[in-house]
Amino acid sequence: MNKKLPAILVVVAVVGVLGWLAMGSVGDNLVYYWTPTELHAAGAKAGEATVRLGGLVKPGSVTTEGNATLFLVTDGKDEVKVRTQEIPPQMFRECIGVVVEGTLGDDQVFESKKLLVKHDENYKAPTDSTVKCPDMPMPAKE
Amino acid sequence: MKGRWELIVGAVGGLGLLAGSALGLWWAPQERFMLETGRILYVHVPTAWLSMILFTAAFVGSIGWLVKRRWGFDFLSEASVEAGVVLGCLLSVQGSIWAHWTWNTWWAWDPRLTSVAVMVLSFLGILALRSFVDDPEKRATWSATATIVAWVNVPFVYLCVKWMRSLHQGQSSVANIDPDMGKVLLLNTVAVTLVAIYFVVTRWRIANAVHQREFTE
Repeated sequence: MNKKLPAILVVVAVVGVLGWLAMGSVGDNLVYYWTPTELHAAGAKAGEATVRLGGLVKPGSVTTEGNATLFLVTDGKDEVKVRTQEIPPQMFRECIGVVVEGTLGDDQVFESKKLLVKHDENYKAPTDSTVKCPDMPMPAKE
Repeated sequence: MKGRWELIVGAVGGLGLLAGSALGLWWAPQERFMLETGRILYVHVPTAWLSMILFTAAFVGSIGWLVKRRWGFDFLSEASVEAGVVLGCLLSVQGSIWAHWTWNTWWAWDPRLTSVAVMVLSFLGILALRSFVDDPEKRATWSATATIVAWVNVPFVYLCVKWMRSLHQGQSSVANIDPDMGKVLLLNTVAVTLVAIYFVVTRWRIANAVHQREFTE
């Protein structure tokens, strides 16, 4: 029976290492969204492409303009002005995390085609008034 | 009925799940931002936990079979994969409903959702593999190997929200959750664990009965 044990351990080790490497490089090269800092750093490269931008809705920045809603997405260091024609979902508010899909226009306004809300892992009762606005920035994983 | 101890476990689990879900719906406070939608937490988190634990049980059963060649390990693996796939499908449906009302989308290809999809589909594939192989020993060995490979993804499912940027929220701890919500969540987690034990033991007995017949024919 134990003739097979070394072979199994080798298979598990090889698969594990390959998996680890794959995940590691995925983590480096593939991010679900860019932060405002990264979007600006990408410069012209970000101009044409449809990308996802993630961050927190800056307090006091939400305005409307006709049917459009405008707000600033911030990572604490940099911010991007976002415009969306969508009716913001119920969860949308100041300070909440958002991920918007769209393109950065020449006017430096990010035209969002899809507005997603990224809520955090806090589950609190309505009476709980702590962390009204979470400390910025939203921790962006490198 | 004699010796079917898992019936008691399943009954206690079922009642616990009913009680926990009732408490979650009516007794626990509303989540301050997610409102009533947040109550899906009480089934979603236990379902997620148990699907990962069941796939891990299948992983242990697979190693056990390959090392010891005892049929009980293959039964454990088969039973756990099947129960895990059921929970994994429920998990995806629950998550999709939750996402629709909170994130504003039914589905997103973020690391957590993508890896869960890979997890459920790969174990579903293992169930398909089992049904294609008639020889019990080959079936056990092939599915055990496939289970070990598929399981590598399970820790990633759990940890990806920590490692990578995702739309899905990160892991909560006692500090992140309202104490009353936490109590209901704990009750439902224990209850779903008991129900899962009932599923696996019952399925194990079925696998054993099928095996006895395969070897007498």
